[in-house]
Amino acid sequence: MRYICLVYLEEKPLEGQLVPGFVVDLGMSRAHEVAKACNAYDEELQSRGHLILGHPLSPSDNAITVRVRDGKMSTTDGPFAETKEVLGGFILVEARDLNEAIRIAAEMPLAKLGSIEVRPIHVAGASG
Amino acid sequence: MTALEVAYRTHSRRVLATLIRVLGNFDTAEEALHDAFAAAAQSWPREGEPANPHAWLVAVGRFKAIDRFRRRARLERALPELSAQLELEGEAAVSHSDEEIADDELRLIFTCCHPALSPDARIALTLREVAGLTTEEIARAFLAPVPTIAQRIVRAKARLREETSPFRAPSLSEIAGRIETVLHVIYLIFNEGYSASGGAQLVRFELSREAIRLGRLVVGLLDEPEAVGLLALMLLHEARRETRTTASGEIVLLEDQDRAKWDRPQIAEGVALVERALESRRFGAYTLQAAIAAIHAEAPRASDTDWGQIVSFYDVLARVEPSPVVLLNRAVALGMRDGPAAGLEAVEAVLATGALDDYPFGHSARAEMCRRLGRVEDARVSYERALRVARQEPERRFLERSIARL
Repeated sequence: MRYICLVYLEEKPLEGQLVPGFVVDLGMSRAHEVAKACNAYDEELQSRGHLILGHPLSPSDNAITVRVRDGKMSTTDGPFAETKEVLGGFILVEARDLNEAIRIAAEMPLAKLGSIEVRPIHVAGASG
Repeated sequence: MTALEVAYRTHSRRVLATLIRVLGNFDTAEEALHDAFAAAAQSWPREGEPANPHAWLVAVGRFKAIDRFRRRARLERALPELSAQLELEGEAAVSHSDEEIADDELRLIFTCCHPALSPDARIALTLREVAGLTTEEIARAFLAPVPTIAQRIVRAKARLREETSPFRAPSLSEIAGRIETVLHVIYLIFNEGYSASGGAQLVRFELSREAIRLGRLVVGLLDEPEAVGLLALMLLHEARRETRTTASGEIVLLEDQDRAKWDRPQIAEGVALVERALESRRFGAYTLQAAIAAIHAEAPRASDTDWGQIVSFYDVLARVEPSPVVLLNRAVALGMRDGPAAGLEAVEAVLATGALDDYPFGHSARAEMCRRLGRVEDARVSYERALRVARQEPERRFLERSIARL
């Protein structure tokens, strides 16, 4: 099964730009350590055959939300929902079941700083 | 299936059980299991399967876990004592003989059936960690949302970490104190796989088979008559699986089942086990139920059933476990032995307690006695009452057919 781990983080302004909140809260040198830990964990997942794809996202002020209603397309600036935490990145993993995907997500360094939504990738023809 | 998939099916459950003992933690052991099979995928096609795959997988899994501890210790400046301890324990901790491996599995069942966990949590954890089912399969079998089951498992593991700190396998005396719970979990797993309620057929079949495997494991390692009785009970029920429903899922009553299709070798094994448990004189409810199932299984035709003996076993069972359902079954057996008038009186005495108001087969038992006495209207009233409380579709259709036949 494939699961997507959606990493939600708080954003804060820094020098006129939104950045992941922990960069502001922890300071630059600790934020570098977090980034290093994230890379190391990505490599670990890769070497163990769990990692399919993972990317951080650029700040949410670059986001635009698209919807079509009654044949008319409209766009809204910013992420879909107004919440404190925004989608900050994702990792697509291969896992045996939901509990294994949860275990993988729980060890992501960012799990300590934000929250991670784990969702199975829909398989055509499968129920649920 | 590839050779490695076959190896996974054959070895993964037992390798995990040993790794949980060696590494002392569910999550670490699951990671190690994954890594061991990843390593096998690399080296086995090249170098061939090792002579002792279990030992190979455990050794590799353990090594990878130590390796990961070390790397994380460097990264997070934590856990150095853990990897040091693991290295000290060394290769001696890795099980080799079949007996030691079975020991690990049994230990794991008892850990999953820890008294601090709720019955639901024990079942979910046992199914995933011992039986090797995925979270999704467990959710399908219990018709529950996948995240609900996933959380139940996460919480159960967390609770076990609190309860057994540091993580420790149960001692022999604790095992003796938990045997009842373990047998109950195995029985629930079996029933879940055997009952007519929904869910994917294949998973259900696998649940029953796994329950029987666990039952055999317990019987093989502990001298416990009730474990023998439970295994007998499961085998005797399983022997009739094919004939209990039609191809379209309709209920077929015991008296209407095609006895030629019952699995005779399985029945013979069940009967021998019942005899062994009865001889011990320390038997309980499982053995008594198995004894009743054995009498049914041994009757060549429904009309040959020895109802006298069945009533005697129900009399003993009602003393050991005086539950309303046991009392009802006893009343029905009495009706078969002494005729519908005596049966009706006994069934009505049980129903008068009110404990079975929501149990469709209490009302349908009364209906059946009335029908045999020619009291068609009374029978109809009771069948309709049963229909009002029936929850499962096959039950409802069965009751509707019974009403139509009146």
